[in-house]
Amino acid sequence: MNIEIKNGRVIDPKNGVDRNTSLFIADGKIAALDDAPAGFVAEQIIDATGCVVCPGLIDLGARLNSIEAELAAAVAGGVTSVVVPPDADPPLDEPELADRLVHRAKEIAKARVLPLGALTLGLKGERLAELAGLKKAGCVAFSQANVPMIDTEALLRAMEYAATFGFAVWLQPQDYWLSRNGIAHEGEVASRLGLAGIPVAAESIAIATIVQLVRETGCRVHLTRLSSADGVALVKAASDEGLPVTCDIGVHHLLLTDNDIGYFNPHARFSPPLRTESDRQALSTAAASGLAAICSDHTPVGADEKLLPFGEAKAGATGLEVLLPLTLKWAEAAGVALPAALARITSAPAEVLGLQRGQLAVGAAADVCVFDPAAIWQLTPEALKSRGKNSPWTGYLLNGKVRKTLVGGRAVYTG
Amino acid sequence: MSILSDSLPDAEDQCRQLADLIRPHLHRQPALIGIFSGGAWIAERLKELLGLPEDIGLIDVSFYRDDFAAKGLHPQVKPTVIPFDVEGRHLILVDDVLYTGRTTRAALNELFDYGRPASVSMAVLADRGGRELPIAATYCVWNVALGEGQSLVLGKQDDGQLAWRLENE
Amino acid sequence: MNNPQLNTNGELTHLMSIEGLPQAIITQILDTAASFMEVSARDVKKVPLLRGKSVFNLFFENSTRTRTTFEIAAKRLSADVINLDINKSSASKGETLLDTIDNLCAMHANLFVVRHASSGAPYLIAEHLQRIGRDDVHVVNAGDGRHAHPTQGLLDMYTIRHYKKGFTQLRVAIVGDILHSRVARSDIHALTTLGVPEVRAIGPETLLPKHLDKLGVHVFHDMDEGLKDCDVIIMLRLQNERMTGALLPSAGEYFRHYGLTPQKLALAKADAIVMHPGPMNRGVEIHSAVADGPQAVILPQVTFGIAVRMAVMSIVAGN
Repeated sequence: MNIEIKNGRVIDPKNGVDRNTSLFIADGKIAALDDAPAGFVAEQIIDATGCVVCPGLIDLGARLNSIEAELAAAVAGGVTSVVVPPDADPPLDEPELADRLVHRAKEIAKARVLPLGALTLGLKGERLAELAGLKKAGCVAFSQANVPMIDTEALLRAMEYAATFGFAVWLQPQDYWLSRNGIAHEGEVASRLGLAGIPVAAESIAIATIVQLVRETGCRVHLTRLSSADGVALVKAASDEGLPVTCDIGVHHLLLTDNDIGYFNPHARFSPPLRTESDRQALSTAAASGLAAICSDHTPVGADEKLLPFGEAKAGATGLEVLLPLTLKWAEAAGVALPAALARITSAPAEVLGLQRGQLAVGAAADVCVFDPAAIWQLTPEALKSRGKNSPWTGYLLNGKVRKTLVGGRAVYTG
Repeated sequence: MSILSDSLPDAEDQCRQLADLIRPHLHRQPALIGIFSGGAWIAERLKELLGLPEDIGLIDVSFYRDDFAAKGLHPQVKPTVIPFDVEGRHLILVDDVLYTGRTTRAALNELFDYGRPASVSMAVLADRGGRELPIAATYCVWNVALGEGQSLVLGKQDDGQLAWRLENE
Repeated sequence: MNNPQLNTNGELTHLMSIEGLPQAIITQILDTAASFMEVSARDVKKVPLLRGKSVFNLFFENSTRTRTTFEIAAKRLSADVINLDINKSSASKGETLLDTIDNLCAMHANLFVVRHASSGAPYLIAEHLQRIGRDDVHVVNAGDGRHAHPTQGLLDMYTIRHYKKGFTQLRVAIVGDILHSRVARSDIHALTTLGVPEVRAIGPETLLPKHLDKLGVHVFHDMDEGLKDCDVIIMLRLQNERMTGALLPSAGEYFRHYGLTPQKLALAKADAIVMHPGPMNRGVEIHSAVADGPQAVILPQVTFGIAVRMAVMSIVAGN
């Protein structure tokens, strides 16, 4: 279908575009910017007055428990590509499982699914999964999700093997021993509330170990969900050294700290934990400087598993539908301009993935998000398409509402 | 019933009158128990005026009131102290104002948790009527009717003298 | 975030933690407890305050001692007491915590006394009760994880007030495993709220929480130093499990450095009192000569505990 999106503020961070103009789509691809191509007849015209027109968001971490509902949630949030961690049940350690997931996603035909394959069988951290087979079935990289890999020798071998094929390994840096008993950041709040703590050392020791293994193996590593100032500093040093290390930060960690636990609010339980204000500021700087991409770390948790005492509640919050408004909220507080902020959830994730997506260049797939940055809506369970209603923002008013999402030039969401 | 005039009677004087009413019955060796806080002050006066050797009892009825469900526990509870054995004694409960009778009922219930007295009499300075229970004062100095929304409060002045004042509810 | 322990009139409706309790309410509880001490000294140790009310002891963590004192306290208030010992593992196979609460509310429960292994559990319950509009049901925390044991904190304060009359001139030392101790946390909040000028924590680094100084506590690793001139010494129990996880080498080494012996006690003031929430591990944290000696007030603590719990229950049940 030929589509014209007019009167919107087109922002394409990768290509430095930020102006009020029209976007033209044909055959599922971006056909032109500003002026219609010769002979173009629009079959559908989308009026984006008052809206921003940007590349569809790429979310580097979203769990799709009930895949239909969650993919609908994704496009309602303007997310057109979703990277799925391998920690579903069963873990994604067999090529057939990846096949099925990709196939199902194509059937549902909403957001694109980019599965991460399990690095080890069952995520147990002992034996390698069939990485090449998983890659063939559609996995974009390999991961342990947030299961720490205890056996450093096994990790070294896994990274060597992945490096053989040029595969990237995604790891959440969390030392098993220092984090296994903890449920909150080891700091003043945990001391006062009597919550077992996870020290920052759990993250920095893990990063230091992984970085050293990168030096030895040359394996490309993406560190997921950083949580501390120390962690950010270590990643920056590795990046400055020229090592193939990238990282991302969960959007909640850019806005919340351990103070938000308040009176043991289980919605403030995250893995890794929310840390202090100075950690949060370092994370914010890392995102603003372009060191880190931003993702949602979407984790739908049923009420039964959240409405429990803090230490028993499952960690994580719903994310797909709040990634955009929370990124805008962060950007405003941090003084980051809109194009730079959008880069964190479009072109930067694309770069981590090594994909040509996340941009509106001519010839690129027409994954587009049209949103009204000034629209205000209230986060309630009814407002969310996701089955995961768990959020520390429930009841809050958020800025930024998606009006239209296109995947491959097809409208998959109208809001 | 006398209608309340502008000037309130002298409470210290009324204590002396109350003592005069009780004096003929001292052969029963009654024990005085004052209900906090107005009754406690009056009981102290009576002990002196009647020359009684024994320490007076002090009773706080907060734990026996019938309005706990509506009003909760009174914020200032004082300990009940009964320094003598209640069993078989003639007791005189002392209070400042007798009104609905509920405070007296609570005090009786509390006293009976200490033992079985031989008898309980009631001594008050003022009876303002308005009884909601079948309770009467054995010794009373002043019958008075109050206006709508008024209440009678006994206070202790800076010089230690007891004095009445009228309050609007 | 409004204080979930207070109702809209600023009155105590749940007791979950000493932290955040206004000093006036703490004092009210101690004063009311004094009156209940008198009740417990009579032959008829009952008052009719909670007659007809149902108090449910919900103990997700075993504790016969604490449960018994709450039961005695509730019965002295003429309440009906129902004990529910919910073994944690069977609860996780069956009902959720909140489902249990809903069921008990349907059985006309008026007051829950809750002990739970997870810090914060009573808050979850209180919030749920508010959400379902049951402001007539009250929660008293009998100990949640490491977070708080407010009735113990209050009875400890009652004990100190009884023997020392006031708080504003005292040096108080808390000795032992403060990291894992809800009693210690409640004591610390109570002492600082009541204006104790010097609160000391004494223990090895592995047993003290980080950032204790932010709670207004002076940290000592040397017990001789820490006990100097103290008026009150609160000894904490050392649990056997602490020997695992590399927190401590042995009970013997612990006793040598942090056990309260008569020699160490002599470093404190001559009229210092020795307290312990119980149960004691003789020879681990406290020498028998001290535990049985004239300065120990450990048994009176238990008596005060009943009066304090009567006070707490009658105050919240009336609001």
